[in-house]
Amino acid sequence: MSALFENRALVVPGDVLYEGKIKTGDNTYRIQGKVSATRVGLVEYGKGMVSVIALEAGFNPLVGDLVVGEVIDIELGQWVVDIDAPSSAILNVPDAIDAPFRTDIAMPEILDIGETIMAKIVDMDRSRTPILSILGRGLGKVEEGFIIRLTPSKIPRLIGKKGSMVNMIIKETGCNIVIGQNGRILIQGKTREQEMNVVRVIEKIEREAHISGLTNRVQEYLKQLKEESK
Amino acid sequence: MSRRKVKNQSKRYDGREPKELRPIRIESGVLPNADGSAYIEMGRNKIVVGVFGPREMHPKRLAMPNTATLRCRYHMAPFSVDPRRSPAPSRRDNEISMVMRYALEPAIFLERYPRSAIDVYAEILEADGGTRTASINAATVALVDAGIPMRDLVSSCAAGKIDDKIILDLGDYEDKEGQADVPVAYMPKLGKVTLLQMDGVLPPDEFEQCVSLAIEGCNQIYQVQLEALKKKYGVVAEEVKE
Repeated sequence: MSALFENRALVVPGDVLYEGKIKTGDNTYRIQGKVSATRVGLVEYGKGMVSVIALEAGFNPLVGDLVVGEVIDIELGQWVVDIDAPSSAILNVPDAIDAPFRTDIAMPEILDIGETIMAKIVDMDRSRTPILSILGRGLGKVEEGFIIRLTPSKIPRLIGKKGSMVNMIIKETGCNIVIGQNGRILIQGKTREQEMNVVRVIEKIEREAHISGLTNRVQEYLKQLKEESK
Repeated sequence: MSRRKVKNQSKRYDGREPKELRPIRIESGVLPNADGSAYIEMGRNKIVVGVFGPREMHPKRLAMPNTATLRCRYHMAPFSVDPRRSPAPSRRDNEISMVMRYALEPAIFLERYPRSAIDVYAEILEADGGTRTASINAATVALVDAGIPMRDLVSSCAAGKIDDKIILDLGDYEDKEGQADVPVAYMPKLGKVTLLQMDGVLPPDEFEQCVSLAIEGCNQIYQVQLEALKKKYGVVAEEVKE
């Protein structure tokens, strides 16, 4: 009936976190009356609940997520989009052009294979395949920019509290940044140099994602980059 | 070294004690393009493992409606053994791929990713006996590195018999010249065996000795796997505390 680790200690899959009655939070499972970890991460003992903050996790698509994906196939009335999830996502014609599907629509002229889109997950079908939509402000085909990847589990650190981190980077570098929840980040700047500065900042966040005081260090780093480019 | 000379010594042909493991080292996150990866050196074995997924299953007709599919590929590089070996997958490669799958499947929450695939590629760069156990050890670390939910780590080790002596962690010579070889894969925290094979002949009591010795070896290897993961993630844990 007790916690077996210190709060915020490193645990690996199989580590027994708690013996006895307690709710199982994220990345934990119950076996033979004990609670064990399923992913490598930091254990957190909350009120009547034990969970693990995963340090390594794939993208788990949820309705409402903004994602950056690549069109990989065209089928009758739908595009198949790779969004780095356990299954590919589907974009139906009515969710792309706001008109019903007709067979005389030339689908490759709207979106061709290999093109990148910003989309929102609007639904999951009965087999939990994500359904996308590109109708909406800021969504649609990506015409220009720079895409880099960040582990999906570190995306919340890049966004920061209510977007504080990403807004600061946008303000300091002058680039437009779109963060897909699936770990693909679209950077659009006026010059390649501006874009490379953002890439450097994101690489720094990836390295130091879980160290406290990240926002302050990123701010200093941005100033340093600004002076270098002068 | 001749067989007779080995027989007259209390130590083994490579100077180890009967119940001593070979030097073992694991490193995680070595391949930037894989979702998870690990590199293991176990004696003179050198193996790289890459993990991809869970991702869309191709071809689609092989996708299972209720669970993910674990696909393993064990492959020996042409230069991993002397003389050179054909790079085409052999009967032995296919069998060990299957054995790896059976050893890892019980540890993974496959049912959480229906219709998708998890791919594990083990590439043997240098072989020196016990490559299947070493591949399983590295594959476990790579799976954790990929962020795939697991019930427990899987540790694997062989025990066997040569010159009527029970030994742990067989090398290439002991594997080929010995009387028996018992590879075991084991989930240390759950206390469950996921793989048990035997090559050769053993009386029942010696078989039991071999299995318990191999499990002892698995527990030692588990510590090495923990170290490998702590080396990569322990830094983060310490900095969070500060």
